[in-house]
Amino acid sequence: MTMRRLINLKRVEARRIYLTYGVVILAYIICQTMSSTKMLSSSMRGMLVPICAYMVMAVSLNLVVGISGELSLGHAGFMSVGAFSGVASAILMQSVIPFEPVRLALAMIIAAVFAAIAGFLIGIPVLRLKGDYLAIVTLAFGEIIKSILNNFYMGVDSGGVHFSMLTDTTRLLKGGRLIIRGPMGISGIQKISTFPAGFILVMISLMVVFNLVNSRSGRAFMAIRDDRIAAESIGLDITKYKMMAFVTSAALAGAAGALFAMNYSTIVANKFDFNTSILILVFVVLGGQGNMLGGIIAAAVLTILPEKLRQFSDYRMLLYAIILIVMMLATNNAEIKYFLSRLNPFKRREEAE
Amino acid sequence: MIFLNFFISGISLGSIYAIIALGYTMVYGIAKMLNFAHGDVIMVGAYVCFYAISRYGLNPLLGVVIAMAACTLLGIIVERLAYKPLRQAPSLAVLITAIGMSYFLQNTALLLWSSNPKVFPSIIGRGAFKLFDGALSVSHVTVLTIATCLVIMIVLSLFISKTKLGKAMRACSEDKGAAQLMGINVNATISLTFAIGSGLAAIAGALLCSAYPTLMPTTGSLPGIKAFTAAVFGGIGSIPGAFLGGIMLGVIEIFAKAYISSQLSDAVVFAVLIVVLLVKPSGLLGKQLQEKV
Amino acid sequence: MKKILICTALVLAMTSCAFGAAFKIGGTGPLTGGAAIYGNAAKNGAEIAVEEINAMGGDVQFELRYEDDTHDAEKAVNAYNALKDWGMQVSLGSVTSKPCEATAAENFADRIFALTPSASSAAVTEGKDNVFQMCFVDPNQGSASAQYIADKKFAKKVAVIWKNDDVYSKGIRDTFVEKAPELGLEVVSETTFADGNDNDFSVQLTDAQNKGAELVFLPMYYQPASLILAQAQAMGYAPKWFGVDGMDGILTMEGFEKSLAEGVMLLTPFNADASDEKTKSFVAKYQAKHGEIPNQFAADGYDCVYAYKEALELAKATPDMSAEDICTKMIEQFTTMTFNGVTGENVKWAANGEVTKDPKGMVIKDGAYVGLD
Repeated sequence: MTMRRLINLKRVEARRIYLTYGVVILAYIICQTMSSTKMLSSSMRGMLVPICAYMVMAVSLNLVVGISGELSLGHAGFMSVGAFSGVASAILMQSVIPFEPVRLALAMIIAAVFAAIAGFLIGIPVLRLKGDYLAIVTLAFGEIIKSILNNFYMGVDSGGVHFSMLTDTTRLLKGGRLIIRGPMGISGIQKISTFPAGFILVMISLMVVFNLVNSRSGRAFMAIRDDRIAAESIGLDITKYKMMAFVTSAALAGAAGALFAMNYSTIVANKFDFNTSILILVFVVLGGQGNMLGGIIAAAVLTILPEKLRQFSDYRMLLYAIILIVMMLATNNAEIKYFLSRLNPFKRREEAE
Repeated sequence: MIFLNFFISGISLGSIYAIIALGYTMVYGIAKMLNFAHGDVIMVGAYVCFYAISRYGLNPLLGVVIAMAACTLLGIIVERLAYKPLRQAPSLAVLITAIGMSYFLQNTALLLWSSNPKVFPSIIGRGAFKLFDGALSVSHVTVLTIATCLVIMIVLSLFISKTKLGKAMRACSEDKGAAQLMGINVNATISLTFAIGSGLAAIAGALLCSAYPTLMPTTGSLPGIKAFTAAVFGGIGSIPGAFLGGIMLGVIEIFAKAYISSQLSDAVVFAVLIVVLLVKPSGLLGKQLQEKV
Repeated sequence: MKKILICTALVLAMTSCAFGAAFKIGGTGPLTGGAAIYGNAAKNGAEIAVEEINAMGGDVQFELRYEDDTHDAEKAVNAYNALKDWGMQVSLGSVTSKPCEATAAENFADRIFALTPSASSAAVTEGKDNVFQMCFVDPNQGSASAQYIADKKFAKKVAVIWKNDDVYSKGIRDTFVEKAPELGLEVVSETTFADGNDNDFSVQLTDAQNKGAELVFLPMYYQPASLILAQAQAMGYAPKWFGVDGMDGILTMEGFEKSLAEGVMLLTPFNADASDEKTKSFVAKYQAKHGEIPNQFAADGYDCVYAYKEALELAKATPDMSAEDICTKMIEQFTTMTFNGVTGENVKWAANGEVTKDPKGMVIKDGAYVGLD
């Protein structure tokens, strides 16, 4: 199925897709070899899983921002829903499924389902709006999710699973465990996320997005993005297609959230705030809207960059800000772009010819 | 009476959101960009004002004027270096650059002024007007903030509708290309908008910190997001809308805390915002744009 | 990607060549962002202790490195890994609770001993034999505060204002509210705030006032507390105030009107106005170096380094030992030794990593701390 679709594509498009897969696989092989031969520093090894999670976030947000053309400022909210539902379900399954990779996979699927439901519910009101108003409503939903999770309690005991809001009224029996503890989040998480699992999730999300983009629906997304009224006039069901992109994106973000959360022993709702949403948006914009490979590279570079700047101690975040601004200027200003291309001897020769 | 007291607290908080939102909306209305660094310019304004008053013992009014000058200058430099080169770029690129600028200002402030919170000296003291034998009290800062908001609102509206520069601004906001053809210097007009917006930020900073007197490098960022919400609430780009949106947001926040749940107040505020935008998709006083086919 | 990896390998090779005869001690804390006050204070305190110890030139010498974690568990683990690459032998954990929970799990897995200056939640040490705390654990602070209020008969009706998205505040609040009824205290009003709505406290204060609270308990840091005190005064509400160790630092905020804090009581292990030699010398050095009076975080950081010095001397550890060997020795020492520092005399540790020291009840009088007892 996939193959036939790929063959039918324009060659340029297909080349781009293969390039993306190729780069991701190559990077994985290099990192995995270096990691298993202990050539990788602890610092780099520790970042492999979060980088994968951020890559999936970048790919999924790219579907909304780059392909579907809507600005979302609350994407971390879906990551949060996925993180909490994924971790909670992994804890509940702990005794039933002792084999960690299966438990991780199931937790990620459950996380994706919960995040997709959240995406659907939020999509109903959100997708009626446009532009900056849509952006602010996604921001608002991100904040609401954070606020609710900060007041949410869930515990398990021999009598089953108990929930409560605002205060802990679960009244667990002896031997029970309070899993989600409001503002204290979840503690004592088993770290079952692995780099291979992260790599598989990145590949799956790429397949999902590429298949979607290069299908009838994908062409509909782009038609709607480029001219909504024209698309509507030829009978495209705008709400349906927008919802499809939004829900798919939310599901992928949920799986990424579960992967991310199970790489640390603790997780809190405040981690997935406005700043995290913005960070993911930065990956997408810096990598080029609609460009999956760009987003993936940007996610890796911007996660590693602050770590590499540690030697500058106090000036670290200041330098990070400056580099971010300069990168944005370099990739978006026509004059600077031209100047940079002059510096590149290969490009100059091409121009001369 | 308690209800009225809460109402007044809501207005006090809302007036602070309103004055920040005015700057947001002004820049958005004309330059069509969300300047996420606005909250941090406010913080810089507050620090300059703090040092002028507390360390150098200047008159508070003079302190505010110095802060305004500093912020205007800062606004011009920021615009020149970071935003102007991106005039032709997609609007998202400018948004991200603004966020980069916000990190830059926060971290510079951290290095210059340390992370320790400072207590801001109120620019007009901590007194209050007492009504009904003291059952109701309205602090001087609140009255000053609302008065300042109204003055700024009127002056800005007049400036934009009556003066030549204001007309140029409106022209740029409608259609940059056509404005250019009519001999308007679009670049200079947008730069001027930033200069004015940043000057307003200094006033907002002084008032924010007079009402809630602790000052840290992150002071501007969260009120900045709230004020951005307020600006959208009122209809982004609309000057009276920013004022109305700010006041309403403050009142809703206090009422949600008082009558629903202090734990969920933020969720309630944002839920109200969503409902309002569903009923009026371009905010309370925003212009409904006609789409051209 | 590949280039970056090669660079990393090179940097790593270079740093591991630099070898000195000092123990490598590392910690993470928020040095930038909203919680930077706490991280920088702990770092500055630890730095002063290291300078003093190295100047004395004893057997135990330190090389200290603090890395920024922006008060975030993910960044804290990154910072911890960077320290591990540097060759950290003993760790100062993380300054704040949630990040420290994450790094403590790494400490446990890597067998690197950790003594955190100020991460106070119970989950930090839970189930880890090599993670210790220099500060009180949150639940103990909550119950100690309730006990103190009941014992001294300060009030019957109590209001609590706490921060709803903060582990520290929530941890203290939980045990306080649980313990209060047993001691005959009635919690009449309980209200919260969170990041983003932490400016206006009129609703919380009005609620406490209307329900007749005679004392308001503030389990939070001093920055929001200073706003609460100012707003209560503006509305003419004057209950008794009771704070916890996070309140320490309120008097040293630049520009703070000390009269606002008149009569505020707090339980804190550290008092910058204390007249003993140790505290005086620490405060003087800190002030000379940073132009500020040290708060409790700085004192905890300072004490951590001295506690390590003592433990390493007692264990006769040498800098060429592996982190794992040092870890075993440290667990032995910390569970048996008694330490005297600026945050307490006769400080002891339990096997689960919790500290026992006497909290000092303080009251603010004429802009300075005075012992309550």
